[in-house]
Amino acid sequence: MAHKEITVTVNGVTSTRTVEPRTLLSDFLRHDLRLTGTHVGCEHGVCGSCTVLLDGAAVRACLVLAAQVDGHTVETVESLADEGRLCGAQRAVMEEHGLQCGFCTPGILMSMAAAERDEQTADEVVSTVLQGHVCRCTGYLGLRAAIERHFREREAAR
Amino acid sequence: MKPAVFEYQEPRSLGEAVAVLATPGRECVVLAGGQSLVPLLNLRRVRPRIVVDVNQVPELTGVHITDDVVRIGAMTRLRDIERHAGLRSALPVLPETAALVAYPQIRTRTTIGGSLCHADPAAELPTLAVALGARLLLRSARGDRIEDAESFFAPPGTSRRPDELLTEIELPRRQGFRFRFEEATRSGGFPLVGVCLGVRVDERGLVAEALVAAGGVAEHPVRLPAGERLLHGRDLAGNVDDVVSAVSAVLTPPTNTHATAGYRHALLRTLLRRAAAALATGGGN
Repeated sequence: MAHKEITVTVNGVTSTRTVEPRTLLSDFLRHDLRLTGTHVGCEHGVCGSCTVLLDGAAVRACLVLAAQVDGHTVETVESLADEGRLCGAQRAVMEEHGLQCGFCTPGILMSMAAAERDEQTADEVVSTVLQGHVCRCTGYLGLRAAIERHFREREAAR
Repeated sequence: MKPAVFEYQEPRSLGEAVAVLATPGRECVVLAGGQSLVPLLNLRRVRPRIVVDVNQVPELTGVHITDDVVRIGAMTRLRDIERHAGLRSALPVLPETAALVAYPQIRTRTTIGGSLCHADPAAELPTLAVALGARLLLRSARGDRIEDAESFFAPPGTSRRPDELLTEIELPRRQGFRFRFEEATRSGGFPLVGVCLGVRVDERGLVAEALVAAGGVAEHPVRLPAGERLLHGRDLAGNVDDVVSAVSAVLTPPTNTHATAGYRHALLRTLLRRAAAALATGGGN
């Protein structure tokens, strides 16, 4: 089977790798680039754990082929903290008890990052961000509080 | 799970794409946004020999608005349709309905053409296409063909032939109409039932013309002329029970894992009432 050489910029680092056409972006990130912060849950687009940014917008990494990101830019949860200092969204999720086991957290943080780029209001974000994510620990209340707090703080700072 | 092995083709122009699909004896699937196809590949419910990725065919993306119609390239993504200022004023029901599809992380990739070709019987955009009377442009090496949305949705899928590519969707603007799309959602998937109601009212506030279509109540999205006729001359603020009953009576919805026929009937009746009430009080667009 013909493999494809792809060059992709992930978290600011440009890499060139050879992939099988059937390789999912989620597996490419985890296995080829060893960025295991992107989690793989359902592998059919429902759970949201593998959410990453592709050219700045949130996508399911399990529903994109690695071959399709040739020449594009990907950001994963590893890009959020700055030398161990948590970003605002991460701090809010931690302080509001928005995680327990942490499996769904990377995907939710990347959806929050996408909402930040889109300049969405706190009300919009609260009603949309969690639509595409499954969390089996928190009952969503902590997450909801974290999202609301983070985006309200951003609004206040504007 | 992971997809089985396939051959990957990336045509860079419409001509190349159609040529790949025309090669005899090839089992191709077209990869558009991938938000329905890739799950099927991952679950190995679809095992094509060749995946033809049309994401790099520039002719397939774009929005063109005229006085009477909007033409949308099949690979235009729902995220872009939702945010398109021209569409928000020319045909607001389209961006509004697009925003109901799945969730934002999916709509980043989903394309209008992919949604129509996947043709889930309950999906929002096929129902909207039927309600508006969309025309679909299909291209193959044999030439171009135009198909009405109503005949395009032909169970178990669509009338698209294996060598054809859906290139463009033409939607009449239906100026003077206001539309409302109501749905009963199901977490993580297509809605159970969706209803699109459009009305043009006369100067007395009575319905001069109505368009009714529903998804999730048959093997494909259906136009409901019985309801359209009964709505004629009516005040939407009044009782629409007879319309709701007439529409329900002509349908035999499927029973499956997600809902029984009886429940789908009940949802259809409720959603139609809701849409009528919203339009009666000046809602919809």
